[in-house]
Amino acid sequence: MKRFLALIVAAVLAGPVWAQEPLRIEITEGVIEPLPFAVPLFQAETAGSEQLASDISRLVVQDLANTGLFREVPASAFISQISSFADPVSYPDWRAINTQALVTGAVAVTGDQLTVKFRLYDVFSGAELGDGLQFAGTVQGWRRMAHKVADAVYSRITGEQGYFDSRVVFVAESGPKDNRLKRLAIMEYDGANVQFLTDSSAIVLAPRFSPTGDRVLYTSFESGFPRINVLDVATVGRRQLTTQEGEMAFSPRFSRDARRVIYSLSNGGNTDLFMTDLTTGAHSQLTSAPSIETAPSFSPDGSQIVFESDRSGTQQLYIMDANGGEARRISFGEGRYGSPVWSPRGDLVAFTKQNAGRFHIGVMRTDGSEERLLSASFLDESPTWSPNGRVIMFTRETQGATGGPALYSVDISGRNLRQVPVSGFASDAAWGPLQP
Amino acid sequence: MNRFLTGGLLIATLAISACTNPDRLGGDDEIAGAATGNAATSAAADPASPAFFQQSVGDRVLFEVDQSTLTAAAQVTLRGQAQWLMQNNDYLAVIEGHADEQGTREYNIALGARRANAVREFLISQGVPAARLRTVSYGKERPIAVCSDESCYTQNRRAVTIISIGSLS
Repeated sequence: MKRFLALIVAAVLAGPVWAQEPLRIEITEGVIEPLPFAVPLFQAETAGSEQLASDISRLVVQDLANTGLFREVPASAFISQISSFADPVSYPDWRAINTQALVTGAVAVTGDQLTVKFRLYDVFSGAELGDGLQFAGTVQGWRRMAHKVADAVYSRITGEQGYFDSRVVFVAESGPKDNRLKRLAIMEYDGANVQFLTDSSAIVLAPRFSPTGDRVLYTSFESGFPRINVLDVATVGRRQLTTQEGEMAFSPRFSRDARRVIYSLSNGGNTDLFMTDLTTGAHSQLTSAPSIETAPSFSPDGSQIVFESDRSGTQQLYIMDANGGEARRISFGEGRYGSPVWSPRGDLVAFTKQNAGRFHIGVMRTDGSEERLLSASFLDESPTWSPNGRVIMFTRETQGATGGPALYSVDISGRNLRQVPVSGFASDAAWGPLQP
Repeated sequence: MNRFLTGGLLIATLAISACTNPDRLGGDDEIAGAATGNAATSAAADPASPAFFQQSVGDRVLFEVDQSTLTAAAQVTLRGQAQWLMQNNDYLAVIEGHADEQGTREYNIALGARRANAVREFLISQGVPAARLRTVSYGKERPIAVCSDESCYTQNRRAVTIISIGSLS
């Protein structure tokens, strides 16, 4: 990143000498100085689509600016205006206001059909970055199309997949602390368009998406006892998953190929890990220890499982083969470690850490090295990864009788901590995949 | 160590007060109301009544931080529960295990399962048939005291024996 910043500074000072250096953000080390970008209001190419054009432009700006990697150059600073999507842009006008990335776009509505096209310009190179792209969809789905534009821009500049056109399933909470009502809900990654998936008649906990986002596993007290349900997102139909017999089943998670489910089962006060193969219906026991084994999460290739256990006396993180067997402990810092989640890239494990009366969200490498805490509060827990592995969403609960949970997100660099705007209490987010 | 001892004493005190002041049935008013003969307390005066079980025997026991071992006070309460359950054979019981909010959600479910099971095992050891006892854990999902300090946490780290006539399912 430092190298890139140095280039930017050099480009500003030296002008054309560096002008061919491509527009690029390397995210790895986190970005200290956000890249200035401009999104002039998208053109309304059909009568009456002005409002949509404006809403879509604003959402593209919001998606990019909220990453903390980009900084919007406001319209008030613009020298030239965009009057047509097809006309060439005047690079010197954008260079003069130090805009490095320029996004232009156009919106057309025919009946219920919406098309959105955009171009991305590398202002200092004086060239388009990638070809213009067009997305087609429905007027009702306008937010998704704005997210797709932002994803394409993010991807072209960072070289990594975006995460804006994705959904989050979570637990919406209401009511007093000693009688909380909980319902499953789904929303866009930025807190918009909340839809409820269950009513509040039974406690529901910790929903987890299938790899394609079509199904959700969660724990429900519908029967009076914790059981694992699987819910079809499109139809909202749900059924109880047939697990190994046990008094309580909870903490489920899909394998990346969606063929297997791992979960915890409690019998006689002892909690162990089990796996059910959804295609064969076969159950297998992965751990058999007198300690608590819970919160399992598969590695992306499905070969290993990270989980928490108090076999050493306190909650710690372990990794074992996906078929069970010997487990190796990976957490050795002070305090207790729980709710591990393997990153989609496979290189990191996110976790909840409890130490000296505080809770943290953190990440470490899968061998336990390079532990890094990203947050600290009275109660932070339940991390979930953005589909590109760059951002973690988690639950932060405030204390006291009127306290309650809210969702937050933070970059894995520890920067850009922000609350996800959801009205009411919200907990236990699971971030789904980028939508097709 | 001093802190631990103090905690033990506090819990013992609360366990006793829980016998006469169960949250599910209101508080001292009903106990004091015994003399006025209102319905709730006359029921509680009947040793075979659920109200008697809840108020006089004591329907709950409390636990130390992150522990599922039964304190001496808890064992006294549970001996009373076992005795009552053996005298009232038509009652079944579901033992609910709970945790305070200081812990991750999954771990607290597992911890509540340990606590509920510790109670179940003790009742069985006292002669209550295993078939009449089921356990469930609510983890930290159902606190009865809502503040965020030890005065509330100590009440929330509990196992509550819920009795009912009929099938367990």
